[in-house]
Amino acid sequence: MLEIKGLEVKLEEEDKQILKGVDLSIAPGTVHAIMGPNGSGKSTLSYVLSGKDGYDVIGGEATLDGEDLLELEPEERAAMGLFLAFQYPVEIPGVGNMTFLRTAVNAQRKARGEDELSAGDFLKVVREKAKSLKIDADMLKRPVNMGFSGGEKKRNEILQMAMLEPKMCVLDETDSGLDVDAMKLVADGVNALRSEGRSFLVITHYQRLLDHIKPDIVHIMADGRIVKSGGPELALEVENNGYADILSEVA
Amino acid sequence: MALAKLKQDVTDARLAAVSLPEGAAWINAARNDALTRVAAMGLPTRRDEYWKYTDPSSITAVDAPQAAILDNDEGPLFADVDRVKIVFVDGVFDEDASDDLTAEGVTIERLADVAASDIHWAKDLYGVLEARGQKPVARPLAALNTATATDGVVIRVTAKAEKPINLIYLHNDASSDAVLHNLVKVEAGAEVTLLETGPAASRFSKLLEVDVAEGAAFHHVRAQGRDHERRAVTHCFARIEKEATFKSFTLTFNGVLTRNECVLEIIGDDASAHVAGACVGDGKDFHHDDTVFITHDAVNCESRQVFKKVLRNGATGVFQGKILVKEGAQKTDGYQISQSLLLDDDSQFLAKPELEIYADDVACSHGSTSGAIDEDALFYLRSRGVPEKIARNMLTLSFLAEALEEIADEGLAEELRDRLESWLNRHS
Repeated sequence: MLEIKGLEVKLEEEDKQILKGVDLSIAPGTVHAIMGPNGSGKSTLSYVLSGKDGYDVIGGEATLDGEDLLELEPEERAAMGLFLAFQYPVEIPGVGNMTFLRTAVNAQRKARGEDELSAGDFLKVVREKAKSLKIDADMLKRPVNMGFSGGEKKRNEILQMAMLEPKMCVLDETDSGLDVDAMKLVADGVNALRSEGRSFLVITHYQRLLDHIKPDIVHIMADGRIVKSGGPELALEVENNGYADILSEVA
Repeated sequence: MALAKLKQDVTDARLAAVSLPEGAAWINAARNDALTRVAAMGLPTRRDEYWKYTDPSSITAVDAPQAAILDNDEGPLFADVDRVKIVFVDGVFDEDASDDLTAEGVTIERLADVAASDIHWAKDLYGVLEARGQKPVARPLAALNTATATDGVVIRVTAKAEKPINLIYLHNDASSDAVLHNLVKVEAGAEVTLLETGPAASRFSKLLEVDVAEGAAFHHVRAQGRDHERRAVTHCFARIEKEATFKSFTLTFNGVLTRNECVLEIIGDDASAHVAGACVGDGKDFHHDDTVFITHDAVNCESRQVFKKVLRNGATGVFQGKILVKEGAQKTDGYQISQSLLLDDDSQFLAKPELEIYADDVACSHGSTSGAIDEDALFYLRSRGVPEKIARNMLTLSFLAEALEEIADEGLAEELRDRLESWLNRHS
């Protein structure tokens, strides 16, 4: 599904290379996790995949189902089925959460040549999905992420994911700022979306999220590269021994 | 004191071309008085403190510059609202296009008729609030309007008006120079909504005097628009009495020069005055100026000024807003915000917020900002599949939302919001 080969990225504004040749291949229906210390390039990878400004791709490629992602606008990537759950979801005053969701869902449907959802149908679906994420009517009415707690923002990300039904979901430190209960709620939301045709890339510092969202493959990222890959046991190794052992081992 | 040479020349040239309309004795006196005041004050030039950011020369010139008429494919605003329509074409009353000037709770007359009556209540309002509003800042163009206006509407509201009154200003003549003067007297406990729509004229001078009596409510929603080359100078002078409510909102599209002055005087306790505006301008020759002066002269009153401007391709926006809290006007709650969204580096926003406070137990705040579209919010929307243009327009509309929220009637607000959206779609 997602193929990343030798991806090298520098910051647009300064001469600083962040990704130094990332290779990653994610098959349909699998859950991959990327762990790594601060500054290793995890979030940069998620931004570059989703098309945020401010980065120069200086080498390598990234394709989704064989299509070159890096040439596309962010909205085109989204319409192809790529979704990024933000580490810091953005607050947008003056734009209602519901209006935002409906605009997004229908823009993607339109881009794919599908019929737009009617207001009634949309409302029915969104209410049902919101309920399972414990998002109340008030949160749906408020401006996007305005006045939401950290946990509410992350649940709102998962609601968007549920509504947009992407095939490739990138979760950037979705566990940051969540207490145990909130993390479980978010993880349940993600697990409910797991399916044969849908893949996940879960970026996290800590193993605890991976207790709830069980990965098939775990990668360790350091200094702009994936330095080690393995099964779920790799995450436990990080939890028990920190990154130092693994990094010294691959150095 | 003698006027500066330029001011004297501008004033002499313009006044030489003025002939006062003839009416009953009381209005002749008001017009003469206003003309005398214009001569004493002199017409504005760029050197005047409150005209530093806006060049009045095309307004003070003897002849009105041409303004092309654009096709309006969107149809008239508020077409589905049950209202009394009063139509002026290039400043001339159009009886055929207008409704009967009757509605329950209100008496509507034309200024042209009122001016011919020997005795009329309008005597105590025509030019009266305008003259009061000349201090401390001179507004000579308002006095010129009082002197020269031949028509307009004179409205007395005695109960809750059964429907809104819509003044529709059509523009069909590319060289029209229109002057209208409207009066609204809202009696104690009465309530009315005044709608004003349309491009009006190539050059438009319009003045509104509003007396909002005890416990009364005046709602004003205005949309100035369409023709890019049009010019307008408008004034609203209002006197707000005890427990009264004044709410005015203006939406401006296009226009090479729009100057909207709003001069409010709160004279009764526990009253509330809100004035808000949203404008969208595209192009180097777009110039929009909101000049507001709110005087608090009573206890426990609240005022709000909310002005938002979206400027692109070298457009210019101006805001000059003042809150004056007089001695003894305790418990005043004054709020003022003026913000611009600059969609490129060529556009500019010039703001002069002022507070002058002579009471010691008040809460007044003001703020002014200029900014660009929030790139993080833009990326967030696009990452969810919203195309860039739609995302930009969503964020632009959200920027304007705070001003639109000042419209009490949600239906009217929604219609203006839709117009804004389609303007943004055409101009992005």
